Amino acid sequence: MTEQAQTSGACEGPGCEETLKELDLFLDSELSDGARQTIRHHLDGCPDCLGAFDFHAELKLVVAKKCQENEMPADLLSKIERCFNTDFDGDGVIG
Amino acid sequence: MADQAVFADQAMQYAPQLYSAAMRMTRNRADAEDLVQEAYLKGFRSFHTFTEGTNLRAWLFRILTNTYINKYRAKQRRPDETDLGEIEDLYLYKRIGTLENPNVGRSAEESLMEFLPDDEVKDALEGLPDNFRLPVILADVEGFAYKEIAEMLDIPIGTVMSRLHRGRKAMQKALYSYAVERGLASAEPADDVQEDER
Repeated sequence: MTEQAQTSGACEGPGCEETLKELDLFLDSELSDGARQTIRHHLDGCPDCLGAFDFHAELKLVVAKKCQENEMPADLLSKIERCFNTDFDGDGVIG
Repeated sequence: MADQAVFADQAMQYAPQLYSAAMRMTRNRADAEDLVQEAYLKGFRSFHTFTEGTNLRAWLFRILTNTYINKYRAKQRRPDETDLGEIEDLYLYKRIGTLENPNVGRSAEESLMEFLPDDEVKDALEGLPDNFRLPVILADVEGFAYKEIAEMLDIPIGTVMSRLHRGRKAMQKALYSYAVERGLASAEPADDVQEDER
């Protein structure tokens, strides 16, 4: 991400720009093993990109954890189960 | 063959996850409860179409998602991609990620988990338009793969990816604006500030 890292050919393989383009796919585990290795290789040698990847990995965990409901209403399960015993449309068949 | 007794036996374990997603979709408890009940009833009735050995959780989420779309979204149709405006990549990282910015009240020891309050993260997600919110719920909260989300929403994988990307950036922008409101980060120069979409 620094000027130098972007313009120099210092790192082999993909540059910072190409690496950052794969950020979503990498964090969502949607890359092939080979492509994943290539990104890892770049991150090993590039603290700037590693910082950005770490930040987004942490943010993804935060969203997953904080957007979950920890408690379901106590009677919801029994309400659902009651549906499985009710003949709603009166055709003699449950459901 | 799948039958309804098996459904009652195997599907109930996913109720907390479905309820959680339904809360983020409908944004309120009463509608979330209704939505989950309706999804279970539909699943119960159509369980004969479920292919045994495939992913029951994904099948239930597909029903939940479709029930939500049909029930709640019809009346609030929105244009697709134009809603969120252009937001730069790495929006939040550039503002609070490096910890070098003296205008951000986040210490080096403070993790994002501590810095971002539960309510603000929920609000940032719930503030997204449906087209963006559903992919983010399914990917980031429920952990489904792009392919599964594409099937649930009946859109191409490329569209899933672009909506996730844009939806996440819009969430980051909202999270930053909440931090500014709390006085933990400084507002940006006026020409760089766009109105919050919510």
